[in-house]
Amino acid sequence: MTFLTTDAGVGTIVEPFTVTDPSGQAWELVVGLEVHCELATATKIFCGCANEFGSEPNTNVCPVCLGLPGSLPVLNRQVVELAMRLGRALRCRVEPSVFHRKNYFYPDMPKDYQVSQYDRPINVDGELELPDGSVVGIERAHLEEDTGKSTHVGGGGRIHDALHSLVDYNRAGVPLVEIVGRPHIRTPEQARAYVQELRAVLLATGASDAKMEEGSMRVDANVSMRRAGTDELGTRCEIKNLNSTRSLVRAIEYEARRQVDLLSAGERIVQQTRHWDEAEGRTHTLRSKEEADDYRYFPEPDLVPLEPAAEWVAAVDAALPPLPAARRRALSDRTGAEQATAALVVERDLDALVLTAVDAGGDPDRLLTRAANDLAAADVGALTAPAFAAVSRMEADGALTATQAKVVLAELVAGGGDPQAIAAARGFEAMGEDELAAAVDAAVASDPAAWQRFVDGDPKVAGLFVGKVMKATSGKADGKAVNALLRQRAAG
Amino acid sequence: MSERDTSGPGGRQGAEEVGGLEASALQLAAQVRSGARSAVSVVEDHLAGIAAGDGEIHAFNHVMEEEALAAASRVDERLAAGEDPGPLAGVPVALKDNLCTRGVPTTCSSRILEGWLPPYDATVVARLAASGAIAIGKANLDEFAMGSSTEHSAFGPTRNPHDTGRVPGGSSGGSAAAVAAGFAPLGLGSDTGGSVRLPAAYCGVVGMKPTYGAVSRYGLIAFASSLDQIGPFGRTVADAAALLEVVAGHDPLDSTSIDAPAPAVSAVLDAGVEGLRIGLVTELSGEGTDPDVRRRVAAAAEALEAAGAKVEDVSVPATTLGLSAYYLIAPAEASSNLARYDGVRYGLRVDAPTNGGMNVASRTAGFGDEVKRRIMLGTYALSAGYYDAYYGKAQQVRTLIIRDFAAAYERFDLLLSPTAPTTAFPFGAKTADPLSMYLTDVCTIPSNLAGDPAISVPYGLGDDGMPIGVQLLGPALSEPTLFRAAAVLEHSMAPTGDGGPAAGRERTT
Repeated sequence: MTFLTTDAGVGTIVEPFTVTDPSGQAWELVVGLEVHCELATATKIFCGCANEFGSEPNTNVCPVCLGLPGSLPVLNRQVVELAMRLGRALRCRVEPSVFHRKNYFYPDMPKDYQVSQYDRPINVDGELELPDGSVVGIERAHLEEDTGKSTHVGGGGRIHDALHSLVDYNRAGVPLVEIVGRPHIRTPEQARAYVQELRAVLLATGASDAKMEEGSMRVDANVSMRRAGTDELGTRCEIKNLNSTRSLVRAIEYEARRQVDLLSAGERIVQQTRHWDEAEGRTHTLRSKEEADDYRYFPEPDLVPLEPAAEWVAAVDAALPPLPAARRRALSDRTGAEQATAALVVERDLDALVLTAVDAGGDPDRLLTRAANDLAAADVGALTAPAFAAVSRMEADGALTATQAKVVLAELVAGGGDPQAIAAARGFEAMGEDELAAAVDAAVASDPAAWQRFVDGDPKVAGLFVGKVMKATSGKADGKAVNALLRQRAAG
Repeated sequence: MSERDTSGPGGRQGAEEVGGLEASALQLAAQVRSGARSAVSVVEDHLAGIAAGDGEIHAFNHVMEEEALAAASRVDERLAAGEDPGPLAGVPVALKDNLCTRGVPTTCSSRILEGWLPPYDATVVARLAASGAIAIGKANLDEFAMGSSTEHSAFGPTRNPHDTGRVPGGSSGGSAAAVAAGFAPLGLGSDTGGSVRLPAAYCGVVGMKPTYGAVSRYGLIAFASSLDQIGPFGRTVADAAALLEVVAGHDPLDSTSIDAPAPAVSAVLDAGVEGLRIGLVTELSGEGTDPDVRRRVAAAAEALEAAGAKVEDVSVPATTLGLSAYYLIAPAEASSNLARYDGVRYGLRVDAPTNGGMNVASRTAGFGDEVKRRIMLGTYALSAGYYDAYYGKAQQVRTLIIRDFAAAYERFDLLLSPTAPTTAFPFGAKTADPLSMYLTDVCTIPSNLAGDPAISVPYGLGDDGMPIGVQLLGPALSEPTLFRAAAVLEHSMAPTGDGGPAAGRERTT
């Protein structure tokens, strides 16, 4: 379902991805994403069956999720809780909502209709702030039930000429939230960032485990092109079967070029659903909107309208964890971290460690650099914030070189301990200025020809001399200090 | 029992030969609970009655002989062990064959469900069992409850025990006929537009449609979900009240179930109608209503006045729009509810080269004409571009009906009308003209659209000697008042016995 409205991007302006046609006309990209996520509840949306991936086929089923005659749905409270948690994290309003029936025949859909929210969704009008500061509007994030899973045997895996088909209804009735983004995305990379950020929010709120590879997070991209600099939205195509962010980026780029080829030839884009073929690196027509089903939506009479009490919404708000955008901002405010560094540190879930280390007297710059470059995501082993702070301090004071600091850090992660003691045991003593100067002079003298090239302005040669100094000092020298001395000598 | 009844169909006479089949449900329960009779003997008698008489009546699609005897044995064992076997201990009940019964065929009188055995019991079936009642068979109906005569059953029609040349009404014709014929003192039906009340009127028994949400729909195979409601049949008002109390009350498995205990109706049956204000709905007893039906409704009004109620004419204008609105809303919901019968998972499958072809072939072979007609009507009413003009408009009419009823209930406690404009008609009289068939529900449909309760009470015979039912309507949750008034009507018929409620009318409360 798509609800494209206005094209009012907010936040940092992203330079659009453009494709220039042979006539020299530039076309710019407009993307809106629809993301389906399975909610991480213990049980399904309308019955008590386990919501569990990977069970034996057709074992997590009952009369309700099999749609047996006479069965009736009862809404799972935890589904509403998680949907609201996600909605509030996406800065949506929670509104009174209604479930509808979306009617169409398909063998993996037990009732031959899907219960879904239609014109009265639970979450409306939110936004998602990306690490680059751009903000993508969220039209709605509504609830619906998942279908079963078909496996078509023979005939190329499609239902049309399959020999027979198998259906697993374990997934039928798994709760889904569909997050409909506004067409505010301007580049394939921004689309990737949106999906990654959404995933971070889903994980932070506990709403979903958001695994694209297991299908618990499924992304469809609405792609259109328009003449660069214009505001009107072009006719879009919806791309399905995007199983990774890599596919998403490739598919958008492919589709942008395909549409520009048509547009520049004077043809019209036909609104349609297209299937991304990862192996071929292209999209195929699935069905065009003209031949689309009439879903005959009407309010689901077996369920009552959903009107969460204001107190419930307030409780959800109060329990929301810190979200990635706020964490990035807090990190930058406290440490002066650049946007990209803050994004990386928060993505790795290391911001709390860095901030605690700052409080313990650590050097903000060194902490950020080490967290962004030298620590694995989330798992920092035995490393404590005070130890991390001490290492950063030693590095900032020149007691440890960058290389030495990394070694000490790795040892702290592996087994903990006292940073001073580890440095001493390794013989990492600060190198005196005179000692370093002597080593640099010796290196310069060892290769006059190369030195002349450096003096003449070839910066690439610097690495050669840094290497010589490192070798002569067994890695004790600080690369930055060596570089500074080299520049000083060349200038002098 | 009236002369009319004894000169009735052979089935009825067969039932009498067995004996004991005239007893009311409450009498039987009292006998079983006191140890005067065993539950097994009660069930055996009724099974014998069915065996003797149902060949002609065809009230049942499936008689649950084994299950019923086993359940009766369990009741007797509980009694022997000194346990309370429940308020309806040993009382046979006919279940409309759209109520799911675990391991027992449940067909909706449709070929499409052939061979399907539900893996679970409907909530009402479980509650019956817990009350000690004995499910004795699955009663015939119009396919998927779509009809007013039980002629639209894939397994052949049910015959009216009062005249086997006539229909029993529908769609719960099997349950009504079973109760009228003495095959069971109690029956459960479902009422979407009058499907309990109409056959109750045609068969001369009491039939009641509770407030929407009063009885759980879990396990009732849906026709039109926003209108469907399970209701009781009995030969006496007290029996119907006892059955309602057993099956009603909140059920967490039905989201539309009212969060309240079952209404206490048995306790108020003797409370009378002194001081009640009752409105005679002019729109529901005007043109098209047979004179003899009008006379019996007038007699009912007099009886209520004689008992101390104040009866006046009242106009409820929007009720005239009920039929049109109903025939958009009910088919629309049905078109969606019946989509699942696609040959993939259960029931009839007719093979074809493609999955879509198999869906079409299965549905073509599995559904009867009336079901297909309504699926097409409903699909059309919900289609893009038509929704607002049809389904949307019908929902607005529904709001008008609710509003007009609410206005009437500001002045009246209850309303009175015929249950149907005529008595039971002969087979084939209306099958060629669907619209004339639909018109038989004109008096009952408004209650379903409003979600309000209503009860049909037998009130004498028509010029053709067939039973006439009068309908009492009330606002939501007015079941106690409805049953009080129904008891007054029943009592007013008792002394002279002019064709009133047949057997077992003795009050045991």
